[in-house]
Amino acid sequence: MAFSTNKEIKVASEFEKDPVTGIETTGHEWDGIKELNNPLPRWWLYVLYATIVWSIAYWVAMPAWPTVSSYTKGLLGYSQRERVAADLRQAVESQSMYLDRIATSGLQTILDDPELLEFSLAGGAAAFGDNCAPCHGTGAQGFLGYPNLNDDDWIWGGTLEEIQATLKYGIRADHEDTRFSEMPRFLKDEILTRDQVRAVVAYVMALNDRAHDSGLAETGSIVFAENCAACHGEDAKGSREFGAPNLTNGIWLYGGEEAQIYDMIANSRKGVMPAWEGRLSDETIKQLVIYVHSLGGGQ
Amino acid sequence: MSIHWAAVSSRTYSGPLGVILETPQSDPEMGSVGAAVVESIDVEPVNAKKRRTLYAKRIKVHPKRTKGAFRSTKWAVMAVTLGVYYISPWIRWDRGAFAPDQAILIDFPARRFYFFYIEIWPQEIYYVTGLLILAAFVLFLITSLVGRVWCGFTCPQTVWTDLFVTVERWIEGDRNARMRLDKAPMSLSKFHKRAIKHLTWMLISLATGGAWVFYFADAPLLFQQIWQFQAPSSAYLFIALFSSTTYLLGGFAREQVCTYMCPWPRIQGALFDEDSLLVSYRGYRGEPRGKHKKGESWDGRGDCVDCKQCVAVCPMGIDIRDGAQLECIHCALCVDACNQVMSKVGRPSYLIAHDTYRNLAAAAVGETAKLRLARPRIILYSALIVVVAGVMLIALITRDDLDLSVLHDRNPLFVTLSDGDIRNGYTLKLLNKQHHERRFVITVEGIQNYALSGVGLGDGTSLDVVVKPDRLRSIRVFLTVPRTYIKGADSLFHFVLIDPVDGSQSLAASTFRGPS
Repeated sequence: MAFSTNKEIKVASEFEKDPVTGIETTGHEWDGIKELNNPLPRWWLYVLYATIVWSIAYWVAMPAWPTVSSYTKGLLGYSQRERVAADLRQAVESQSMYLDRIATSGLQTILDDPELLEFSLAGGAAAFGDNCAPCHGTGAQGFLGYPNLNDDDWIWGGTLEEIQATLKYGIRADHEDTRFSEMPRFLKDEILTRDQVRAVVAYVMALNDRAHDSGLAETGSIVFAENCAACHGEDAKGSREFGAPNLTNGIWLYGGEEAQIYDMIANSRKGVMPAWEGRLSDETIKQLVIYVHSLGGGQ
Repeated sequence: MSIHWAAVSSRTYSGPLGVILETPQSDPEMGSVGAAVVESIDVEPVNAKKRRTLYAKRIKVHPKRTKGAFRSTKWAVMAVTLGVYYISPWIRWDRGAFAPDQAILIDFPARRFYFFYIEIWPQEIYYVTGLLILAAFVLFLITSLVGRVWCGFTCPQTVWTDLFVTVERWIEGDRNARMRLDKAPMSLSKFHKRAIKHLTWMLISLATGGAWVFYFADAPLLFQQIWQFQAPSSAYLFIALFSSTTYLLGGFAREQVCTYMCPWPRIQGALFDEDSLLVSYRGYRGEPRGKHKKGESWDGRGDCVDCKQCVAVCPMGIDIRDGAQLECIHCALCVDACNQVMSKVGRPSYLIAHDTYRNLAAAAVGETAKLRLARPRIILYSALIVVVAGVMLIALITRDDLDLSVLHDRNPLFVTLSDGDIRNGYTLKLLNKQHHERRFVITVEGIQNYALSGVGLGDGTSLDVVVKPDRLRSIRVFLTVPRTYIKGADSLFHFVLIDPVDGSQSLAASTFRGPS
C-alpha cells in the first residue's frame, strides 16, 4: 500500500493552485473539498520531536515493553499493582476508626448508632456478596435448600444474637459449638410406612389450608403427634431451639409442593451452614449480622 | 517546491510587515531549496529532509504601541478580566457552619460547586451544561454581529499576551527599540533587560497559575499551605502547569496560538456573513495608496498614505489591507493607528473601520448598503439565548432544596412473610440541600393498609428521618401490605417526602410487586 501511495505523489508543479487563496493544494480531495498545502510552523515540528523524545524517556522510566516472560520495569519502578495494594492498605486504615468501634461495641449498640449502622450495612453487603451470595443468592433471597434471609421465618432465630451464633458456629458445621437438627428419614429408615407418610403430608397440607384428603389428614394428625410434634411442636409451629421449622406459615426450605413435602419426610435432607468464626474477622461477622438483620426479617 | 514557497510568500510575506519581514525571496536558503526540489520531487519520499524546510520559522511580531478608543477599551477589558480572575476566589460568602464560605468554589472532594447563593450538586451538572450552551450562543450572536470581539478583547490568550507585550514594552521599549535590542549582540544591558523581562513574565505566570488553584480549595488556607509547603501535591502540579503554559503562551507562542492551535477562528468563518461588522480596510477610499507629501493634492488617489502603521501595531503580524484573514482577531488596534494618521494628514478618520462586506462591495461601485442587524441568524441566536436563559432561570428558581429518589429491590422483587403478607424493599435517597439539619416525614400515597418500616427508623404508616445539613442520606425501607389488599403483580404508588417545618415536599414514583 505504501508503495502504491508513493507512486501517486505528483511533482510540485502538477499541483493545482487554489484560486481564492493562491495556495496550492496537496492533491487530496474529499467530496470536492481540497486540502491546502499550508506549511506548519517550525515550532510545531519541534513539538512533534519533543513528544518522540518524551516517549523514549517514558519507555526508560516507566514499565513499557513486554518481554517473553515479563516486561521492562522502568527506572522509576512504578507498578499499578503496588499502587492498588497501597490504596487498599490506605482504605483499610481509613476504615479502622469504624472497625475499632465495631470490635468493641455490642450488636445493639451498632444498630442504634447511625454512623456504625451505615458502615456495617455497606461492609456487610460487601462481605455478603463475597461469602454468602453463592448459596443464599445476591439478594439473600435463597434457593431450594438455602433459606431466604429476607423473610421473617427463622429456623434458628432472627435476633441479632441468634443470627450471630448461626454465622459464627454454623449449622452441622465443623465447629465445636455448631448446632444440629436431625430430621429423620421416616420412610427410608422404615420408621413410618408409605401410607403413614402420605397421611402426615395430608395433615401438613390441612394445616396450611390447602387441598387435602380430610380422612387421611385425620390419621396424619395422630402420626404427627407421635412422631413429629416432639420437635415441630404440637401446633406444628416449629421450635427455634431445635432448629425445627414452622410448618404452618407457607414458607418452605425444601419446597411446599405436596411431592416435595413427601420427599422431605420420607428421605430427609440436611443442609450445612459453614462456621465463619476464624474464617472471617469478628468485625466482619458483626457487620454481616447487622446486614442480614436489616434485610427485613430481623427480630 | 518553488511553488510552495511562492504560496507561503504570498501569504506570509506579501504584506509589508516592516523591516524584519522584507524580501524573503532574497533569502539564499529559501531560494536554493526552491530551485533544487522542483527537479527531484517525484522521486523524493514525502519526509525527505529537504521538504522539512517547509516548516517555516516563526518571525517575531513586535507590535507598536498605539492610542485610541479601541486601545482604551482593551485596557479596560484587561483590567476587568484580570481583576475578576485574580480577586474572585478571595470573595467570602457566608453559608453557615456546614458549608464553605468561599463565594466561588469548585469543591471536587465534596462534589459541590458554589457560586454565590447558588450551590450545584453533581446530579445538577446540567446547569453547567446550560451555562455553556448559553455562553456558546452569546458568542455566536456577538461574532455574527461584530466579528471576533471575543478574540480581540476578552480571550485569555489575548489578554495575557497583551499584558506580556506591555511588560516587554516597559522594559525594552517600543517596537523599534525592541527590534534593535533583538539584533544587538549580548551585552550586560541587554542581559539585564532580558532578565528583568523574563523574571516579570515568570512572576505574572506564577500569579496566574497560583490564582487558578484557589478556585478549587479554600483560598486563604491554601495560600498559607502553599507557602508552608503543606499544600496537596496536585496544587503544586497545577500551579506549575498553568504557570508554565502562561509563560510559554503569553511570552512566546502568542499569535501562533490563535493561528495554529485554536479551532475557534475556523469556526467563526461559518458565523460571519456579509452583514457582519468586521474590522476592514475601506479600499474604496484608500486606493490607490501611496506616499503623500504635505501640501500635495489628494485628487486622483486614495487616502491610504501607505505608512504601514496599521501593520506595525498589529499583534498578529498581518496587513489588514489584504482583506479578511484567518489570523485577524479584530482587536481594532489598526483602526486606532490609522485614525491617528488620518487626523495628522487631515483626512476623515475610519479608513480602517468596522464595516460589512455588503457595504464594502456597494461602496466600490459608489453606492451604500444599509446596515442590517435583524438578520435571521441574529434573531435565531437571540431567541435561543432567551429560551435557554429562561429555562435555566426557571429551573434555578424552582430548584428543590429537598429531593427523593427510589430504587426498588431487584432481588428479591418481593418477600412473602410467614403470615402471608407481602413485603417489598426499597432504597430511598433523601437529599437535604439546605445548610441545616432537617427532619423529614416519609409516607406512602396510592396503596392502602400498608405498613412502613425502615432499618434503624422504626415502623408505622410514616417514618421520621433526620438528614444532616447539605447531605444525602440513603435508607432502606420496607413496605408491607396484607395479601388480600394486593391487586395484581404490579401496582404503582408514590413515596412522599415532606418537610413539616416549611411544608416543602418531593414525590417519587415506584411499584409494589406481589405474586401474580
